[in-house]
Amino acid sequence: MGDISQQLVEQVRQAAEADTPLAITGGGSKPFLGRGLRGEPLELVGHAGIVSYEPVELVLTVRAGTRLDDIDAALAEQGQRLAFEPPRFGSSDTIGGALAANLSGPGRPWQGSVRDHVLGLRLINGRGEHLRFGGQVMKNVAGYDASRLQAGALGTLGAITEISLKVMPRPAMEQTLIQPMDHQHALALMNRLAGQSKPLSAACWYQGQLYLRLSGSRPAVEATSESWRADSGGDMGVLDDGDIFWRQLRDQRLPFFDGEKPLWRFSVNPTATLEDVDEHALIDWGGAQRWSRQQENLSVMAEKAARAGGQAALFRHGDRSGEVMHPQPAPLRTIQKRLKASFDPEGIFNPQHLYTWL
Amino acid sequence: MSAAKQQDTSATPAPGKLDGRVDFPPVYRSALAKKFRRFLNPDSVISDEETIRPYECDGLSMYCEMPQLVLLPETVEQVQQIMRICHADEVPVVARGAGTGLSAGAMPHAGGVVLSLAKFDRILGIDPGARSARLQPGVRNLAITEAAAKHGLYYGPDPSSQIACTIGGNVAENSGGVHCLKYGLTVHNLLSVEVVTAEGDRVTIGSDGYDSCGMDLLALMTGSEGLLGIVTEVQVKLLPKPEVAQVVMAGFDSVQKAGDAVAGIIGQGIIPGGLEMMDGFAIQAAEDFARAGYPTDAAALLLCEVDGTREEVQDHIRQAEELFRTMGATSVRTSGTEEERALLWKGRKSAFPAVGRISPDYYCMDGTIPRSQLAHVLTEMDRMSAHYGLRVANVFHAGDGNLHPLILFDANVPGEFERTEAFGGDILNLCVDVGGSITGEHGVGMEKIRQMPNQFGNLEVSQFHAIKQAFDTRGILNPGKGVPTLRQCQEYRAIGPLRQPSAAPDTEASHG
Ligand SMILES: Cc1cc2nc3c(=O)[nH]c(=O)nc-3n(C[C@H](O)[C@H](O)[C@H](O)COP(=O)(O)OP(=O)(O)OC[C@H]3O[C@@H](n4cnc5c(N)ncnc54)[C@H](O)[C@@H]3O)c2cc1C
Repeated sequence: MGDISQQLVEQVRQAAEADTPLAITGGGSKPFLGRGLRGEPLELVGHAGIVSYEPVELVLTVRAGTRLDDIDAALAEQGQRLAFEPPRFGSSDTIGGALAANLSGPGRPWQGSVRDHVLGLRLINGRGEHLRFGGQVMKNVAGYDASRLQAGALGTLGAITEISLKVMPRPAMEQTLIQPMDHQHALALMNRLAGQSKPLSAACWYQGQLYLRLSGSRPAVEATSESWRADSGGDMGVLDDGDIFWRQLRDQRLPFFDGEKPLWRFSVNPTATLEDVDEHALIDWGGAQRWSRQQENLSVMAEKAARAGGQAALFRHGDRSGEVMHPQPAPLRTIQKRLKASFDPEGIFNPQHLYTWL
Repeated sequence: MSAAKQQDTSATPAPGKLDGRVDFPPVYRSALAKKFRRFLNPDSVISDEETIRPYECDGLSMYCEMPQLVLLPETVEQVQQIMRICHADEVPVVARGAGTGLSAGAMPHAGGVVLSLAKFDRILGIDPGARSARLQPGVRNLAITEAAAKHGLYYGPDPSSQIACTIGGNVAENSGGVHCLKYGLTVHNLLSVEVVTAEGDRVTIGSDGYDSCGMDLLALMTGSEGLLGIVTEVQVKLLPKPEVAQVVMAGFDSVQKAGDAVAGIIGQGIIPGGLEMMDGFAIQAAEDFARAGYPTDAAALLLCEVDGTREEVQDHIRQAEELFRTMGATSVRTSGTEEERALLWKGRKSAFPAVGRISPDYYCMDGTIPRSQLAHVLTEMDRMSAHYGLRVANVFHAGDGNLHPLILFDANVPGEFERTEAFGGDILNLCVDVGGSITGEHGVGMEKIRQMPNQFGNLEVSQFHAIKQAFDTRGILNPGKGVPTLRQCQEYRAIGPLRQPSAAPDTEASHG
């Protein structure tokens, strides 16, 4: 664990000079995302460690190669956590990778996403300049938000070296409720409950069951749980060890995610209907994120997603030689190409990782 | 026919150098007006001085400029046509919402047009099931919450200017409010925006879902101060109205103790809906104005609002009261009714006009600091206040470290505004020195251009210009705002107090 930023800057400068493509890698836990990495590895995993942590300020600054497990352990000592619940797809997932891929867990609709918790970051651009954007305070609107821009860019704009994050207190209590139900009723109920001011923090439908998670102060969780169970006429029960379910969902370790069949991710209006998808889907984020396993092509899925007010991506498996992300309209393609060039004029970072044209 | 003010062209960036654009071709007002009148209602192309006058400034009235024209389009197609013309002719365009901005972001460009979104004031739809609303950019912030109320929903960010300011302006400034520690800033409450680009293309960024594919352009657009595109539609998230909200008011005999109490609350794992602090001067002014029953002998006052379910609020209020008492509060009072809650907030919400009443003019600053630095910063500010001979009152979004020092001055006294600006500049530099930012929610605009070089190094500034060029190849959107030119950076660093930009000391060094 240490600061190897000088070494990283040097490698980037040399690559820029020699026009060598660089494949930015964190913990190497998500090689399946995007269109695959080509190039000389630029390894962030050695650039690790907590730079500063002020529990009372709710601010943590870490090097990008820091493992999520290490962050969790440090935060837990102070009764805090990363409220966006970043998934673990391997044993060595890093915070830099979570941000670059914009990955957030089941609590995302209520507790926010990884980008929502970013306060600032440092990044090496394609000119080998080590830049600093944002800061370590909750509010900062000076300059463009180049920090949150990195979320989802999959490293195409630069190598993130350090991140400042807002951390949150752990809830005093969590409880999971479960009720057998078909997907249509589940979607309706999830959205209705999300419209109430109750400590709901996750809502998922999986294999004929609705799962709800409550997080908050003990009296609030207990009172809500009691009243919802009473409303269900006894069909809703408490699931012991519910946190295991949510962790398996977060890390894609439920049986649904087994096998090599293409895994599609839909990010849509939480109340929408996705024809031929919902029935066999895993519905998370209170309806706003749906996972589907099927052999299909992107344009068909993108079309369905658009009708549901959202976007589709081929998250994992399947043919990754073409596009895997929702198609971008022409003017946005142009702007993103120019943005890429503004950060990375030689196009050395993760070429064609996100889109064939970037 | 009047040509644009002749500008200094020596600062033109060399080709390939990433810098802000400052010079534009001369504009012939009547010829330009004619082009717009071909597709805009003639009344919507304002060219006479008298009618233009109200557009010469935003909420920061010390900064003003007369534009060539003010345009009031009614459709997105018209906005597109305006942008195509301005892009082709290289005419500066300054978007304008309600003009309540406090950093001269909507101040016109002398050689350009003001594009007012005032006619885009319709709520396009509320989706109560999905808890979202689609809005034209000129919809007022408070109007969203009012329209959502019948569904038991509301819009989170609540700037004090919410009666007047527009959602388009909120997006452009990434505005906050008293509830943003818990509910976030504008950027946390958006689903999508529709933007007309500098070239006149119409695109949607984001969707009805929470996360889109690829780099986060929605975040980049938010807070971009009208420099990257014209926002023509906004889709926001709505939140369920909390069952109850209660506020605890606590007085302290020192700012330090109040600051410690804020840390104490957060340390207990409570994230209040709102957590505000006022210093002695602000307490007195607010009490004289609002008669909220504030303890006028206190050196600092905290307002801590807890919201949520009945059970949660009860639990947290009890903890907060206890904690304030153990941390030395000289008085603790909890609202028992909605009326009492509204009254306790009234003092805080009217702090600006209250201070306005005791001084001919006041200047509102907007720095952020790590909370632990509060006592130090306030002590330093007292010292500066004595040095400049100007009084200052402090209201503070204590939960998230956003200071609003109000400097009292009299614009009729020669030299007093200049001293006020210098005082304000020192405060912002101090914020940067202790690890904070020159602006938490009001934006850089024209006003804080001078302090930008203290927060950012040249490399970051160049990267900002490069980002702008990706969206606006000809640099016509709100030129001269938000990001200083490299030449300005050099100038301001030279004449300002000698300091290293805190942003990237080592990158500076390594580049020589
Ligand atoms: C008394 C008072 C209290 C305030 N309190 C707060 C507060 O608590 N929190 C806070 O954050 N702010 C506060 N403000 C500042 C101000 O109200 C906000 O910045 C607000 O968001 C500005 O909205 P507006 O519609 O008035 O925008 P304007 O002032 O018209 O414009 C602001 C900026 O946005 C750009 N812009 C406007 N509309 C668009 C558009 N459609 N597309 C692209 N760019 C656009 C303009 O070019 C300009 O740069 C306060 C102001 C006052 C006067």
